[in-house]
Amino acid sequence: MARMKFLCDAERCIECNGCVTACKQEHDIPWGVNRRRVVTINDGVPGERSISVACMHCSDAPCMAVCPVDCFYKTEEGVVLHDKDLCIGCGYCFYACPFGAPQFPQAGAFGVRGKMDKCTFCAGGPEKDMSDEEFKKYGRNRLAEGKLPACAEMCSTKALLGGDGDVLADIYRERVVNRGKGGEVWGWATAYGRPEKGATGQPPAPPGGQTAPPPTGGKS
Amino acid sequence: MIRLAVVAIAAVTLIALVGCGERPQVITYKQGTYQGKPDTPPYSNAPFNGNRSEWDKAIATRNQNQNEYKRTR
Repeated sequence: MARMKFLCDAERCIECNGCVTACKQEHDIPWGVNRRRVVTINDGVPGERSISVACMHCSDAPCMAVCPVDCFYKTEEGVVLHDKDLCIGCGYCFYACPFGAPQFPQAGAFGVRGKMDKCTFCAGGPEKDMSDEEFKKYGRNRLAEGKLPACAEMCSTKALLGGDGDVLADIYRERVVNRGKGGEVWGWATAYGRPEKGATGQPPAPPGGQTAPPPTGGKS
Repeated sequence: MIRLAVVAIAAVTLIALVGCGERPQVITYKQGTYQGKPDTPPYSNAPFNGNRSEWDKAIATRNQNQNEYKRTR
């Protein structure tokens, strides 16, 4: 079964924020909440890199481990979701998440935190699929429509890939082999585990003679 | 005097017991177990109506659409 994952190719991301806009539009996200954002490292310096960041739907998600009310669950496709009816907005998951994915809308006049909101991999939540209730709480359920996340499908340079982890790794490997550089996948090891020794297959050497490491999949 | 003491003890006991009558204000949960509502698989409703292989096929097609090396061949 497919294990849904995100992969951002920093060699291709042009910081257009198309993924951020697609996500906001697709799920009618309120002002002040960013399920996805683009982070630029060494901005303005030659060789700067941009990365699109959201919930990575970790294999061993720290948010699930720290939630005091156990409102997180993982679908059989590997998507980490949560029940907003149960969330108490404590913010523990925000501190635990290495990607800063959990977002908290302002719920009152005094800056009180509302219930946590995060990327759902466009998979909705624990409400009837494609219902108004699900849309209001979690956004559109594209997976139930047989589609992949809007951010990845809208990405103009295909820097952001989303879908079955094995397929993404193959697509990325082919890219790296063709261009002969940029084999590092930011966040992949943090989210999906570091490779076990000797467990990952090395791709064939690119024509240029440079090494092209694959997105080291590790556990899935 | 004894009657007064009995009344006082009874009153204190009654006041102490009032605290036990408070309704729990937090949900009960078991550590490490999802406590929310159950969710259904993405292929359980229309347009797939439980046909998982069709859903897998749709996702696989979309997945490959992200590979421009294949799309342009």
